[in-house]
Amino acid sequence: MTSVSDPISEIEDSAVRELGGVGDSSQLEAWRHAYLGRKGKLTLVLRGLADLPLEERRSLGAEANRIKLRLEAAYEDQLARLEQDRLAKVTEGERLDVTLPGSPLPRGGLHPITQTLRDVLKAFENLGFQVVEGPEIEWDHYNFEALRIPADHPARDMWDTLWIDHERDGKRSMLLRTHTSPNQIRIMERTQPPIRVVVPGKCYRFEATDPTHEWMMTQVEGLAIDDGISMADLKGTLAEFARRIFGEERRVAFRCDYFPFVEPGMELRIDCFICRGEGCRTCGRTGWIEILGAGMVHPEIIANAGYDPDRYTGFAFGLGVERIALLRHGVDDIRHFYANDLRFLQQF
Amino acid sequence: MRIPLRWLADYVDIKLPIEELARRLTTAGVEVGEIISSAGEWDGVSVAEVVEVEKHPNADRLTLVTVHLGNDRFERVVCGAPNVAVGQKVAFAPEGTRLIDGHTGEPTVLRRAKIRGVESAGMILSEKELRISDSHEGILMLPENAPVGEPLASVLGETVFDLDLTPNRPDLLSVLGVAREVGALSGSKVRDPSVVYEATGERIKGRVQVDVLDRDLCPRYVAALIEDLKMDESPLWMQQRLIAAGMRPINNVVDITNYVMLETGQPLHAFDYARLKERRIVVRRARPGERLNLLDGTERELSPEMLVIADAEDAVGVAGVIGGAESEVTEETRAVLLESANFSATSIRRTRQALKVETDASRRFEKGLSVHLPLIASQRAVKLMVEVCGGRAAQGLIDVTAIKPKDIRVTLTQERLERVLGVELPSGEVRRVLEGLGFGCRWVPPDRFIVRVPYWRTDVSIADDVVEEVARIVGYDELPTTQLRGEIPAVQRQPIRELRERVRQALAVSGLREVITYSLTDLPTLQKVLPPEELATTPPLRVANPMSREFEYARTTLRGSILQTLTKHIRVSGGRLISVFETGRVYLRNDNDLPHEVETVCAALCGRKPDRWGQPTGGPAGFFEAKAHLEHLLADLRVAAEYREAVEHPYLPGRTAKVAIDGRRVGLLGELHPSVAASFEIKQDVAMFEVDLEAVMPHVPEIVHYKPISPYPLVKEDLAVIVDEDTPAGRVISVIEDSNLVHSVSIFDVYTGQPIPKRKKSLAFSISFQSGDRTLTDEDVAEERKRIVARLGRELGATLRA
Repeated sequence: MTSVSDPISEIEDSAVRELGGVGDSSQLEAWRHAYLGRKGKLTLVLRGLADLPLEERRSLGAEANRIKLRLEAAYEDQLARLEQDRLAKVTEGERLDVTLPGSPLPRGGLHPITQTLRDVLKAFENLGFQVVEGPEIEWDHYNFEALRIPADHPARDMWDTLWIDHERDGKRSMLLRTHTSPNQIRIMERTQPPIRVVVPGKCYRFEATDPTHEWMMTQVEGLAIDDGISMADLKGTLAEFARRIFGEERRVAFRCDYFPFVEPGMELRIDCFICRGEGCRTCGRTGWIEILGAGMVHPEIIANAGYDPDRYTGFAFGLGVERIALLRHGVDDIRHFYANDLRFLQQF
Repeated sequence: MRIPLRWLADYVDIKLPIEELARRLTTAGVEVGEIISSAGEWDGVSVAEVVEVEKHPNADRLTLVTVHLGNDRFERVVCGAPNVAVGQKVAFAPEGTRLIDGHTGEPTVLRRAKIRGVESAGMILSEKELRISDSHEGILMLPENAPVGEPLASVLGETVFDLDLTPNRPDLLSVLGVAREVGALSGSKVRDPSVVYEATGERIKGRVQVDVLDRDLCPRYVAALIEDLKMDESPLWMQQRLIAAGMRPINNVVDITNYVMLETGQPLHAFDYARLKERRIVVRRARPGERLNLLDGTERELSPEMLVIADAEDAVGVAGVIGGAESEVTEETRAVLLESANFSATSIRRTRQALKVETDASRRFEKGLSVHLPLIASQRAVKLMVEVCGGRAAQGLIDVTAIKPKDIRVTLTQERLERVLGVELPSGEVRRVLEGLGFGCRWVPPDRFIVRVPYWRTDVSIADDVVEEVARIVGYDELPTTQLRGEIPAVQRQPIRELRERVRQALAVSGLREVITYSLTDLPTLQKVLPPEELATTPPLRVANPMSREFEYARTTLRGSILQTLTKHIRVSGGRLISVFETGRVYLRNDNDLPHEVETVCAALCGRKPDRWGQPTGGPAGFFEAKAHLEHLLADLRVAAEYREAVEHPYLPGRTAKVAIDGRRVGLLGELHPSVAASFEIKQDVAMFEVDLEAVMPHVPEIVHYKPISPYPLVKEDLAVIVDEDTPAGRVISVIEDSNLVHSVSIFDVYTGQPIPKRKKSLAFSISFQSGDRTLTDEDVAEERKRIVARLGRELGATLRA
């Protein structure tokens, strides 16, 4: 009868001896393979146990398992030591100058008007408004007529218009929209109250440019119509918007203003954050900065939409995104936005 | 509108501090754009008399003017004004005076200077330099009786509100109208100016005949006659007020018409009675081709759309816009026919637009004046002509009225007031506010007001107009503030907008910088970047009244704008890689309907790739750098695109790909043709891509559907094949991919040259095999690989690389 105790203690001895000579991780892996791998020496012994009588299986099994645990622990120790040696080498000999720049990655970015517009829309979306859009090239009907600005109305002078070379019934009728307000009519044509939308988009005016005027601009139109909407709600909505965009401490004030499609009409102003209301160049020495125009939707427009003007009321507002971006970023000339100077755009 | 406060105080007590008054007016909708206090600004400026005018020796258009400053002090200045003459009283500013520069509008300090070789000791000032008006045509002429040497401030000093008015309030184009606002805001009573005079002349009837032939365009015409008047300068107080309000004094009769217009808002016109043929006024449309010399010195041809004032024979004025020169009052005038009329706002507006003549009269008429006003203004002007010009007023007036002026009454319920404002206001307060503004207001229990609108408020006709009156006087800030309640409407999806915003985000993240350029462009730019056929089949929409040639057409492509941006960026980039994109609409003509506005994205890259240090030392960015961004974008949108070689202007043949999804073209990718780049003054290589977002949209999955991760192992194998040089790698890949067992394939080498035969290339792929239902055996993989190789051989003539 042959005893299996000899080979197993020999396996242990040789394994421990060989492990002492292991110098790097590939040698360590080879060692693990030779003893603990699927076809390793110790594994074979353990697998052979099944063929032994119960008595031997028990004593040899216990011994083999003890050796297995020992070798595994030794392996882990050796692995940790090798890793420590490697790191020591790196930290000593291969130290990095951490002040060097990172590898170059291209840095893209959104236009400042896109950024401001997104913030504006998000503020209104959080107040329950949905974003919709409309055409930039419009009919006179939507841009003026349906908004109670008929041909020859003196209020037309409030919007100098770029007309498309196109005539209908001998009259110019197609234009580059001068404001986003035509969407009030377009939305009312296709929806029933309750309505709560904001409409962003480009608008165009026949206008000479200067530091505060640009002929292409981005507006956001707002419209809310329902049974029971009042001017108090308009004031609350706009005040909340101003706080979200310009900060909690901002004071807002409303004044009467005129737009043919609202009644009563108003303008929202915030206290100048440059001079804190003292009066400076930014606010034209008034202490207040005009932010947007608004008002209660004119009852005639409500009625023209087929809604009951005694039941439904609503408000509309229109704001200029460039103006808000100017104020937020302290930009001194509106023409920077569409001049697309790289040195300007890269700052945002 | 400029409102001198001392004048304003004639009609209403100003109880509030000036700043506070301005604030309250502004809040109530009467915006005080500027408070001009001339007294403080005119330090050093004094009244001087012109005693000598000589020609400048070195300049035709300049004169040397000697002025007397009082106490025998004289100074000589160089003057460029055409209207300077001996005997005039002028405003003189010595060196060191702070002024507004007449040309730039900027504040400046006057310095002693040599002008064309002659020293000038100071300056004779224009109205603009004194901020009295925007007129810089000539110098300011002071009243003849202005005392020489006196500070200008003591002669003309005033505090003036410069109002920025809205077009709905023509009543505020008058000092009296503003006084009514002040009264309502401060609780003061308004004093109307007196219209009582003694008519000592004969009866007007039979001595003046007025025929209004077009009553639609002239609802009311009031004529008065003043005889035996003495033409002269108007009194100092009147001239001072006119100047402070920004008007130039002319003579007593004209000054009175202007004064009463500024006072009441009603434009008036004075005809020389003796020069009206048959003493008749005929209000009619102009005859075709009828010509008239206007007061502004021009001769104009009129058309039958225009209303004229004529005598028995000829037109003597364009109604409500401008008078004619023939019937102008002059020094010889002894009798004046005074016109105070109401004209159709639309007609006046069209006429002044056609004639391109805007006057103080047309500005008021086109906003719609009250038909009550002509009578009141006429009486007021006659009174002043009697008192100031010593005239005899004829008894009675001629008053031709087409419509009986009647009061407008509006019913306002408490319910409506509360519904609109969101607050209930006590009926007493509502009455107080409305009566303060001159409205009549009767409370009819239990719930409504009957409101009578005063004649001057042509802008008020419905209940909500009255609501605004109440709200603006109470003060919007005094009204409550609430948040929206009620149901939030159902969501309407805006897929194209959502897609555009995702595209923006993806491109910015991949390293492109967004630009926004103008939507209008010029034809040459479009011609440079579009194939001629495309431009011919879809001609761009033209702007009928472009601001400049540069912005005449609605763009049908973003290419031109992106390249123009690139040109600008290259100048400042120092050779570094520029990567930009724009998302925007292009406008495609659509017969007689509105154009089709297509959301598009266009991107361009130009410059050298960066090295480890970010320095532009690498090769120029080209096709594949642009493609990387496009692939990143499309992967982000979860769409798979095919790329096919294409030839299309303005791209470089051989380096251009058509981008398609499911066989449908969605865009282009490629390098820009160098000749096109050169036309934008770009010498470097440019790589671009553009995508039609509407074409992409249907292919973008709304939601990503999860595929189970296979629990079975991946088997990786490399495969190298030799194909014809012009076989696209994409075709090889699609054959390999077309297998149930291929999980993914990627290309890792393209090689030509030894030992590969001529006109052939070697392509090397790394293929991952995997099955969703079992562990693949070596045999499974070998078999599938053999099948793929066979198919590549059959379909593409590919051979295995040894």
